[in-house]
Amino acid sequence: MAETMDHLDQLENRSVHILREAYANFKNLGMLWSIGKDSTVLLWLARKAFFGHVPIPLIHIDTSFKIPEMIEYRDRLALEWNLTMIYGQNREALEEKRTFPDGGVDRIACCKALKTDALKHTLSGEWPRYRLNHTKKTYELDRNTEAFTGVIVGARADEEGSRSKERYFSPRNAQSRWDVGDQPPEFWNQFKTEFAPGTHLRIHPLLDWTELNIWEYIRRESIPTVSLYYDQGTGKRYRSLGCYPCTHAVDSAATGVDDIILELRSGKFANIAERSGRAQDKADGGGLETLRRDGYM
Amino acid sequence: MTLTEACHTRMSSSIAPHEPLVAAPAAATQRMNIVIVGHVDHGKSTVIGRLLADTHSLPEGKLEQIRAQCELNSKPFEYAFLLDALKDEQAQGITIDAARVFFKSDLRHYLILDAPGHIEFLKNMITGAARAEAALLVIDAAEGVQENSRRHGYMVSLLGIKQLAVVVNKMDLVGWDRGVYDGIVREYGAFLEQVGIRPACFIPVSARGGDNIADRAAHLAWYQGPTVLNALDQFHSEPPPIALPFRMPVQDVYKFTKQGDDRRIIAGTIDSGAVSVGDTLIFYPSGKKSRLKSIEAFNRPVDGRAEAGWAVGFTLQEQIYITRGEVATVESEARPQVTTRLRVSLFWLGKEPMVKRKEYLLKLGTARVTARIEEVLRVMDASTLDATEQRNSVQRHDVAECVLRLDRAIACDVAADIAVTSRFVIVDDYEIRGGGIVREAMPDRQTAVRDSVMLRNYKWEPSIIQPEHRAEKYNQKAALILITGEHESDRKGVAKALEGKLFDDGKVVYFLGIGNVLYGVDADIERKQENRLEHMRRLAEVANLMLDAGIILVVAAAELTQDDLEVIKTAVQPDWIETVWAGDNITTDIACDLQLPGGAVPEAVDRLKAHLQDKGVIFRPW
Ligand SMILES: Nc1nc2c(ncn2[C@@H]2O[C@H](COP(=O)(O)OP(=O)(O)OP(=O)(O)O)[C@@H](O)[C@H]2O)c(=O)[nH]1
Ligand SMILES: [Mg+2]
Repeated sequence: MAETMDHLDQLENRSVHILREAYANFKNLGMLWSIGKDSTVLLWLARKAFFGHVPIPLIHIDTSFKIPEMIEYRDRLALEWNLTMIYGQNREALEEKRTFPDGGVDRIACCKALKTDALKHTLSGEWPRYRLNHTKKTYELDRNTEAFTGVIVGARADEEGSRSKERYFSPRNAQSRWDVGDQPPEFWNQFKTEFAPGTHLRIHPLLDWTELNIWEYIRRESIPTVSLYYDQGTGKRYRSLGCYPCTHAVDSAATGVDDIILELRSGKFANIAERSGRAQDKADGGGLETLRRDGYM
Repeated sequence: MTLTEACHTRMSSSIAPHEPLVAAPAAATQRMNIVIVGHVDHGKSTVIGRLLADTHSLPEGKLEQIRAQCELNSKPFEYAFLLDALKDEQAQGITIDAARVFFKSDLRHYLILDAPGHIEFLKNMITGAARAEAALLVIDAAEGVQENSRRHGYMVSLLGIKQLAVVVNKMDLVGWDRGVYDGIVREYGAFLEQVGIRPACFIPVSARGGDNIADRAAHLAWYQGPTVLNALDQFHSEPPPIALPFRMPVQDVYKFTKQGDDRRIIAGTIDSGAVSVGDTLIFYPSGKKSRLKSIEAFNRPVDGRAEAGWAVGFTLQEQIYITRGEVATVESEARPQVTTRLRVSLFWLGKEPMVKRKEYLLKLGTARVTARIEEVLRVMDASTLDATEQRNSVQRHDVAECVLRLDRAIACDVAADIAVTSRFVIVDDYEIRGGGIVREAMPDRQTAVRDSVMLRNYKWEPSIIQPEHRAEKYNQKAALILITGEHESDRKGVAKALEGKLFDDGKVVYFLGIGNVLYGVDADIERKQENRLEHMRRLAEVANLMLDAGIILVVAAAELTQDDLEVIKTAVQPDWIETVWAGDNITTDIACDLQLPGGAVPEAVDRLKAHLQDKGVIFRPW
């Protein structure tokens, strides 16, 4: 660790520092794992920070509309890497078919119910959580219902406008709301690690990473990713993974990480925003800000 | 030669317009953080928006999308909307919080932080500036130098940013007049000199029209210096401070035994210097010593050396007990400062002023201590540099020089020696409300005691049994329970009853009356007020031995003062001490963790026991 740091080293070391700060300061800390490339890089960074271990439970919000391969991949890595794996969902909305794919509501309302609300109540412990039993290899009702006071999230500033204004340690009030007009200051290596009862913090170790950085790092570290990111012969691939009814594959012949990096550096996606494949961003003129103020990731 | 001329010659001699400094794209693996600051509405967001547009750094369709949106809301198009993404920002036409923007030149990648100029959002400006290596400061040519042009310039210097370029914007509004530009160069140049910054250049531009942003301006033929884009590329990346003494604030000590990993890893990010396997390390403020056995990492080849900038972990040869908040240093290098009194420069952002007699939390490195203002030496208006002496508080947006008194000693450096480990923030009511740098470590009353304690720790022969193993075996945490009270109080009765109760519970506990020390360990010194400090030191050293043995030690002593406690805290791990006042009236200035009203001893003992359970000294059976 004496060679000159390149930009990936700089990003990695900063993120590791932030993860360790979070771990040292929060008793009930969790990490959101959407199975996508960003939160998987985050998970990898946790293994860096804690020398191969992940002493932080991973939380997955299962909308039930995720592509099946994602769930298989989640459980395979969870077992392999010895992860404390928890998932939660909005069972009521799913049972009552109050979802966009079921035709019950529009995209924004669907996102709110299946993601924002599910996240809020899973974090607070009000709704049931399911924990992976590593011996039985099945999920069981989690008896621990304590609220998470710190939640690590893989948001990046380059994704869209409101994320570009985020803090590394970003407070949320008791209703999970984000007061973007009045955020606490953050200087040097000092973050907001004190918080009033009932509030919690979102922690964003990946804010300074771009989509390109994420792929460069995946290549450098050989981090396993789901095959949906690559063209499997159809001339299409996913650039960003979400629920299948709202995330569209893009036209691309990239079959591996190297191809993707080329596309992003100077190829067809060099000047095209990543989330252009996400339909819910366009439903509201102001972008994601409204959703995010209300607790969306 | 005037400053303007100097500026021109330096710049025109450096490079021809449009030619990148280095053509090699290999250097593009470097990223630099830049902040753009200046008075409200002077055009910061427009400069950056234009820079993105003119270097084709915007996602496809982005510009069109914003144009369409402006048309829809019948608002004039603004480049600033590329950055002012929040609804409130667009509605009010101002930047509220700093946006991170990514862009790349032929030379390198940039992360640009577009800070707000409105005074209300100074905290957001500082948040952006504190992570930058260099700054662009924008001044509106028509409005000239304003309050926040100066305040931001001063903040930039206080935050330790040494590279700055001044952008004189809206030259279109002053008819591209060189005289206006020269006036600003003179006026603002003089101000920067006062705060110790030498600007790289003053660039006349019109951000809205794109003149001198990425492309040269036809209207400004009299100016041959760099464009904004050139100026960015002329900043140099500052390498991490490897040549300075080694400093690593300990973030945590990890042991993942349950996962079948027996390594005990000291983790942290190296702030300065370098360290190698085999080096003798000293941890401050404790002064404890050990040798570096190995550097640990996951999925990365490890060699025997680690340098500033890296988040690392290492194991030690001799197992010593250290915790978060200590700073690892190398024995053969300059020692850090260790004290409870600091002379600092600080800026205050809280709506309530920072006042004397109030307790704040100070965070420096990974240390966290209670702090109070001992004295306000000078308060300065950051926009005029006018100083006021003799004030008792620091108002919002003021910069002040103060003496802070800390609850316990921390290790740090003064800004002139090592900037990174001199930086701190002040927290009040859960929020960071201020920040600053240490100018001087001042002596305190415990200096002599601390020196002897550090030497003792340095010479300490560690046992092979770890403190946590003792704690596990005895099912308790070692603790010093100091029971004090008025001379007439029944502190001894309470202390002895507590000992009996804990003993019956199976704890390893010991009662120590102050007399037991006074006539034994202290037999060679007279019982006089002037020897009080030495008496306390010896009591504390005895306590330290017993605590190291894993014992819960109950000490009864009359009328202990805060000063006494400070001495004891210097020799005994402060979080292992519980102070208890027995009796209805606290008659000294000591800060107690628990007060027991006078009266029945059994009740007092029950309350004490519950307190120890709350503090995790003994466990509560469920
Ligand atoms: N005439 C003229 N107007 C400009 C120029 N640059 C910016 N402006 C205008 O000045 C106004 C303020 O610009 P912004 O870029 O929002 O200013 P700012 O410094 O970012 O403001 P805050 O972030 O709120 O402090 C806008 O209406 C711009 O169009 C210029 O070169 N010429
Ligand atoms: Mg602005």
